[in-house]
Amino acid sequence: MTTELTATRPIRPDQPDRQVRVLRDGWTMTKRNLSHVVRSPEEIAIYFSLPIMFVLVFGYVFGSGMMVPDDGSYREFLLPGVFAMTMLYGMGATGTAIAYDVGRGVVDRFRSMPVARSALVVGRSVADLVRAVLEITVLVVCGLAVGWQWHRGIGNALLAVGLLLMLRIAITWIGIYLGLAVPNPDVVGLIVFPLAFPLTAVSNVFVAPELMPGWLGTIAEWNPLSATVAAVRELFGNPGLGGDTWIAQHSTLMAIGWPVLLTAIFAPLAVRRYQHLSR
Amino acid sequence: MNEPAIVADGVRKRYGDTVALDGFDLIVPAGTVHGLLGPNGAGKTTAVRIFATLLRFDSGRATIAGYDVARDAGTVRGLIALTGQYAAVDEVLSGRQNLLLFGQLLGLSKRQARRRADELLEQFELTDAATKSAGQYSGGMRRRLDLAASLIRTPDVLFLDEPTAGLDPRSRNRLWDAVRSVVGRGTTVLLTTQYLDEADQLADHISVMDSGRVVAEGTADDLKARIGGDRIEVIVHHAGDLRTTADLVERITANRADVDLDQRQVSAPVRERVAALTEVVRALHDTGVAVEDIGLRRPTLDEAFLSLTGRPTGSPDPAPEPSHESGRREEISA
Repeated sequence: MTTELTATRPIRPDQPDRQVRVLRDGWTMTKRNLSHVVRSPEEIAIYFSLPIMFVLVFGYVFGSGMMVPDDGSYREFLLPGVFAMTMLYGMGATGTAIAYDVGRGVVDRFRSMPVARSALVVGRSVADLVRAVLEITVLVVCGLAVGWQWHRGIGNALLAVGLLLMLRIAITWIGIYLGLAVPNPDVVGLIVFPLAFPLTAVSNVFVAPELMPGWLGTIAEWNPLSATVAAVRELFGNPGLGGDTWIAQHSTLMAIGWPVLLTAIFAPLAVRRYQHLSR
Repeated sequence: MNEPAIVADGVRKRYGDTVALDGFDLIVPAGTVHGLLGPNGAGKTTAVRIFATLLRFDSGRATIAGYDVARDAGTVRGLIALTGQYAAVDEVLSGRQNLLLFGQLLGLSKRQARRRADELLEQFELTDAATKSAGQYSGGMRRRLDLAASLIRTPDVLFLDEPTAGLDPRSRNRLWDAVRSVVGRGTTVLLTTQYLDEADQLADHISVMDSGRVVAEGTADDLKARIGGDRIEVIVHHAGDLRTTADLVERITANRADVDLDQRQVSAPVRERVAALTEVVRALHDTGVAVEDIGLRRPTLDEAFLSLTGRPTGSPDPAPEPSHESGRREEISA
């Protein structure tokens, strides 16, 4: 047994200012979450396999029977939808990770340490954004392989990626809220699919809303996911831009508005849930 | 050093209709090891969570080294470390990565954190498992890692919340050794446990908790003296023999005997275990009482509570002090 314990007293950390600590602890926590990705690559493989499967199954199996407005290629139509869908399913990863930390008491350790309160959520959001960039990259490669392309220049393509990441930020906050509200990773995993699947089905991800029955088409158009998908299609120059309803004409506005609104709702809810841990 | 390390003064906490702490008082002098002993639901963990700034409470006052846990939570967090009932380490990361993470969150530089992690891995005999995921550790290893994470910098106050719950005896002994190695370096330790044995092994001073408050306090020896040692138990065949048996047992043990009519049982504390047993058996044989069962038994924790609180654990109303507990000092072998 070494006796170094007493020797550590002098290196007791000085108290840096709040802002420095927020950044430093947030970054430490981000690195922690990213090393999870490195240490359990099988998890990320599973997350990648789902969207790729959707591209293949819908692109090739159902795709032959699908109608695309303006006679476009179905796979060109599909890819922007799968991008957005992948962002949505990230809710599961976020929620499960938070629920795991809360349920196993890791969060208790963080909360009993002189660590910035924001570090848990900052670390989670930044790590999830990095992860989303990785997912989009893999999907771009996969898309290029099946004949999808961006047609309006790299600038617009990057803007499209920006909109997808905005959606991911909103989804992250919903996921954090979910993980705090249901601190059991298994339950979170079970909840996410029934929550997310209808959102992808009743949207413009797989089928153009103008081909749906009128009322269903309206719901699909107003679906937050559809706004991002429509705006991304436009920026990539992919087919299926939608009809002449107000919502279809203002997809870019809505692709910014929806994530902002969702974040404005769920970020305070999540923060309140976090504070409720000390009830 | 005059400032007590831990103080609770009439702390109350309720969850809905359940009262978790009901006027909880505690004073722990700096540099000592204090045991909080009590059954499940006594309020031990609630108390620790309040001291560790994890839980708000309804009324009363709690301080760590003089700092109010509610008002100066930030300062308090800089003084304490918590090793919980559920090993609160990151199970995906390796043991070493865990220590690096917590070290950096405590403000150590990467280099300092690395050096400290290696020292602690060595000290807690985890060097061989340093790169393995903590999720693959055995229960005992995980607790040791958890304890190591609490000692990255020497805390003024260390909370050990049921540190050995669910461990086999060997792992428990190893953890006890690890705990002993860190006390005596100025750190004040508050240990919660359900085992008298554990409190006896580690703590200088013990507070017994029941239903959200401290019901008895003292050194392990004080408490053992109050709990009493082994008891002799005789179950007779005919309820009619209970009176005779009780008189006989009282005469031999020189202690007041308890009579349980339903169980047809007579029991009393004994000092000389085997001698008393032999004598009682012989005397019962001589008087011709039909005995169903006879034996010696250590008091259970429940009986300890009965003896310390005058009522069984969980029952609402305190009964008067039982009269058979007359300040005897009794040795029990641990």
